[in-house]
Amino acid sequence: MEHIYFDHAATTPVDKRVLEKMLPYFTEKFGNPNSQHWFGRETVAAVDEARDTIAKLIGAKPSEIYFTSGGTESDNWALRGTAHAYKDRGRHLIVSAVEHPAMIATAKELIKEGYDVTFAEVDEYGKVDVEKLKKAVRSDTIFIGVMTANNEVGTIQPIAEISAFAKERGILFFTDAVQAAGALPIDVKSPAVDMLSFSGHKFYGPKGIGVLYIRTGVKLGRIITGGHQERSMRGGTTNVPLIVGMAEALRLAQEKCAENAAYVASLRDKFIARVSKEIPFVKLNGHPTDRLPANANFSFRYVEGESLLFSLDLAGIAVSSGSACSSGSLEPSHVLLAMGLPEGLAHGSIRFSFGIHNTPEQVDYAVDKLKEIIVKLRALSPLFPKDLKNEVFEKEI
Amino acid sequence: MYTEKVMEAFQNPKNVGEIEDYDGMGMIGSEACGDIMQVFIKVKDGVITDAKFKTFGCAAAIATSSTATEMIKGMTVDEALEVTNKKVIEVLGGLPPQKIHCSVLAEQAIKAAIEDYKKKQSA
Repeated sequence: MEHIYFDHAATTPVDKRVLEKMLPYFTEKFGNPNSQHWFGRETVAAVDEARDTIAKLIGAKPSEIYFTSGGTESDNWALRGTAHAYKDRGRHLIVSAVEHPAMIATAKELIKEGYDVTFAEVDEYGKVDVEKLKKAVRSDTIFIGVMTANNEVGTIQPIAEISAFAKERGILFFTDAVQAAGALPIDVKSPAVDMLSFSGHKFYGPKGIGVLYIRTGVKLGRIITGGHQERSMRGGTTNVPLIVGMAEALRLAQEKCAENAAYVASLRDKFIARVSKEIPFVKLNGHPTDRLPANANFSFRYVEGESLLFSLDLAGIAVSSGSACSSGSLEPSHVLLAMGLPEGLAHGSIRFSFGIHNTPEQVDYAVDKLKEIIVKLRALSPLFPKDLKNEVFEKEI
Repeated sequence: MYTEKVMEAFQNPKNVGEIEDYDGMGMIGSEACGDIMQVFIKVKDGVITDAKFKTFGCAAAIATSSTATEMIKGMTVDEALEVTNKKVIEVLGGLPPQKIHCSVLAEQAIKAAIEDYKKKQSA
């Protein structure tokens, strides 16, 4: 059986060119860049070069790039680091209701520490309501965090408008660009952000490595204390091979950004068109046009997401229900609920995320299989009314 | 995360469907919680001669529905009341901890179907 991978928003395979570039730094060039001797010094240049490459690709200065263990740590650092360092200025933080759990869970921890958090509302497409966000700002607001694009439904957020507003009000603005990096051009100057995060493994780079961009002048509190790595801002032995790999992966992704995005979007559009036309009682979640090129998220009424996920898995098709980070939880996705989706539809949602190695044939195969599986699972469902017309369903939602 | 037995029962569930002239029917769960199970039973001389189900839910919910309905066929209604979710889980070779609640659904739906049957008998 062919195994088809439609879960690129969860992670991507490492590009072979990236792997080649990383390999020497595991074996021959294994030194610790903080060591004084030759073995250490040999790796310093590789880390500097990677930092320069990444800085150039996102319009930053090398001194504004901080290496972390990935998106979660970067998000934690931006939010908690701001809260702690600027608490004398205020204790109110705003994050969107559809942020990654790395932000939502951290915000909830900060509430326990005595901070006030507003979870900014989104519309039915998962887009942050900018007017409502503006009204939520108080004199003691110190932080606004809105992701560049959502990981579950792929909606691209109006961060230009929000960052301009934050700047005008003197509030620090952070964007989680984990899903956007590699798929969309990233430039920390346009729109201007104070902090930005991304993670290597979402653009054919390695797992376990990420970046937090911190604009010069922004002074964050430390969350990982230790040695003098990362200008004494983040302890932990410098992960040379992964840093080298992430820089190369980002370089390759940016080089072909438009081309890859167009290809992946063509697969997504083919998938969306066929599913919408050929399977009744479905709803495309997320924005019709302002969405990541790789993302299609559908709710299949009368079908539960996990049983659909496993049925697709048994047919060789790898997808995700809601977000992989929340699988194992019995709650429906916080993103879909924030968008106002009824719980029945939220439980039946599946994310398909396409990649550069996928083919139109795989999309066709997946849709054919999906049709069969949906018929089978609906026959099992006590909720499925045999005589319901699609027009009635469309009115209901 | 699931045993082979669970995946097998999920992939090829037995007793799927409805019994039109059922003697007892029970439906448990809610769409908001993400699982609903409906059980139909046919009873003759106090013995369950047929059982069918319809389930909206995860793989564990579907697998336990299939296994539980398979277990109660041929049992007396009182024996069927003793079929607990623990016994169903044993037959399936275990369930992940966060999925235990799905097996409770099968137990409850069977109990509801038997109650429905008994109510009709006494009416």
